[in-house]
Amino acid sequence: MTLLAVDDITVSYGRLTALRGVTLKIDEGEILFVTGPNGAGKSTLLNAIAGVVPAGSGSIIIDGARVTGNSPEDIARRGFSLVPEGRNVFGALTIEENLKVGTGMRRDRKRIADDLESIYEEFPMLAERRRTPAGMLSGGQQQMLVIGRALMAAPRIMAIDEPSLGLAPKIIDQVYEILVRLRAQRKLTLLIVEQSSTRAMMTGGRMVLIRGGRIVLEGAAADMIKDDRLKQAYFGFGDH
Amino acid sequence: MTDVLQIVFDALSLGSLYALGALGIALIFGVMRLVNFAHGDFIAFCVFAMLWPSIDAAAIVFAGRLPFYLLIPLLLLIGAVLSILSEIVVFRRFRNTNPATMMIASFALGFVIRHLLLMLYSSRPKSITLWPSLGLPVEFLGAHIPMLQVVTIMITLVVLVVLVLFLKRTRYGLEMRAAAENFTMARMLGVRANGVILLAFAISGMLAAAIGLILATNSGTADIGMGANVMLIAFIATVIGGLGSIPGAVAAGFLIGAASVVFQATLPHDARVFRDAFVYGAVIVVLLVRPQGLFAPKSAKQRV
Repeated sequence: MTLLAVDDITVSYGRLTALRGVTLKIDEGEILFVTGPNGAGKSTLLNAIAGVVPAGSGSIIIDGARVTGNSPEDIARRGFSLVPEGRNVFGALTIEENLKVGTGMRRDRKRIADDLESIYEEFPMLAERRRTPAGMLSGGQQQMLVIGRALMAAPRIMAIDEPSLGLAPKIIDQVYEILVRLRAQRKLTLLIVEQSSTRAMMTGGRMVLIRGGRIVLEGAAADMIKDDRLKQAYFGFGDH
Repeated sequence: MTDVLQIVFDALSLGSLYALGALGIALIFGVMRLVNFAHGDFIAFCVFAMLWPSIDAAAIVFAGRLPFYLLIPLLLLIGAVLSILSEIVVFRRFRNTNPATMMIASFALGFVIRHLLLMLYSSRPKSITLWPSLGLPVEFLGAHIPMLQVVTIMITLVVLVVLVLFLKRTRYGLEMRAAAENFTMARMLGVRANGVILLAFAISGMLAAAIGLILATNSGTADIGMGANVMLIAFIATVIGGLGSIPGAVAAGFLIGAASVVFQATLPHDARVFRDAFVYGAVIVVLLVRPQGLFAPKSAKQRV
C-alpha cells in the first residue's frame, strides 16, 4: 500500500528552482533513500513534504489524503515526522521534555509512558541524563535524541535529513543499526536523505538519486553499485 | 533599619510591576518575535474598561464598582480578549514578516487603541477609587508599608509561581517553551502554531490587566498614557534579560525596579530629578558589557 505519494512537485525559492517535477512513492514499511550531490534538492524535498516550504505545483498525498499546502502541524498529525538537518534539539529543554513535545498530538495518551521507557531502553545514555538540558549533549547524542523525539510522536513515516552529517563513523553505524532495528520492530516507513549513496547500498532498500532538482536514477540500492549511471549522475558526465 | 526595609519593599513592588510587564512582552516575543508596543495601551484599555465611556470630567464608575471577586476575573477576561483580538485581527497578517514590520504594526495598533480611548473618554485623567483600604499602611518590623505594596508583591509572586507551573508542568506550557525556542521544529512535531500564539496573547493580555489594576489602585487615576512608562521599562527589561528568556525578563524587571528605587534613595538631593537618566545610564552600561543580555538563552548557541 502506498503511504506517501509525491506527484510532480516543483519548488522554487524566488527565481531559483530547487525541485523540478519530482515524483516518488513510498510503500508502507519500506525504506527509501534519497541521495544526490550538494544542492540537488534533497532537503527541499523533505521540507516540501513536511509543509515547511510550499510546493509551487504538484501534489503530496499521505495515506490517501491530499496534504499539499497544509500546515506543518497538520502533516505531522497525519503521521509524517521529519528529523531535519542540523538536528534542531530544543537546547533549553531537558531531554525528557524534548521527547515529550511531539506527544501532545497523540490520541493514545496511555501509551506515551510506555513508549518513553522503550525509547530510554533503546538509548540508555538519554535515560541517564533525562533531566539534562539537551543543549549540553554532543552531536551524536543529539542525533539519538531527535530520532527518539520523532519516534515519540508515533509517526507512520519517519523522514531523516542527513543523519550522518557531522558524526564520527562509529556513531553513524550505531545510528543506522538503531534505525534498521526500529523499522523492523515498529513497522516504520523510513525516508532517509544522505549525500553519499554508500550508506544506502550498505543498508539496502530502495534508492532514488536527485540531481539538479530532478530524479535521475531510481532502483534497489543494492543494484546501484553496478550501475555506471550512478557515477555519471553524481559527477555530471554523459548526457544528463 | 526601617529605612532599608522601606527601600526593599519599594524596590520589590516597583520591580513587580516591571516584571509583570516584561513577562507580557517576553511571552509574545518568544513565540512570534514580536515586540508588542501596544502592550502599554492594553494596560490603559483595561483600566478604562472600569469606567463608563463619557467625556465628562467626573468619571462614572462602571465595572469598577463590582466586588473584587467579580472585578478581577472580568478585567483579566477583558485583557485576554483584547489581546487575542489584536492577534487575530492584526498580528496574524504579519506573521513571518520581519520583526521590524511587526513592531511597526504594534505601534499602529497602540495608536488606534489610544485614540479610541481618547474619543470615548477625552484626554483628561479621571479619578478612580478602587479599594481605598489598600492605601493604609501596615506595620512591619517597625516600618510603615502601604498595604498595596504588600499585595502587589504577593500578586506578582502568585502570578510567577502559577506561570512557572504552567510552563513546566503542563503540556501546553511545554509546547509554548518548545515553540519559543524553535517554532518550525515545534510545528513539525504537531504543535499548533495558532494555538500556542493565541495562548501567549491571552496570558499577556491578562498580565496587562493585572498591571492596570495595580496602577489604578496605586495612583487613583485613569490616564490614557498610564501604560506607556511601564511598557517602555518592561521592554528594556526584556532586552536586558536577553530577548527570548522569560526568567531573564522577570529578573531584569526586578533589577530595574530596584535600581530605580535605590537611585531615588541614595542619589544626592539635587541629582534625584535625573534619576531616570541614571537608570538608563546603567542600562547602557549593562548592554555594553553584555549586548546579548544578562540571561541570554543557552539555546542561542547549539553544539554540533
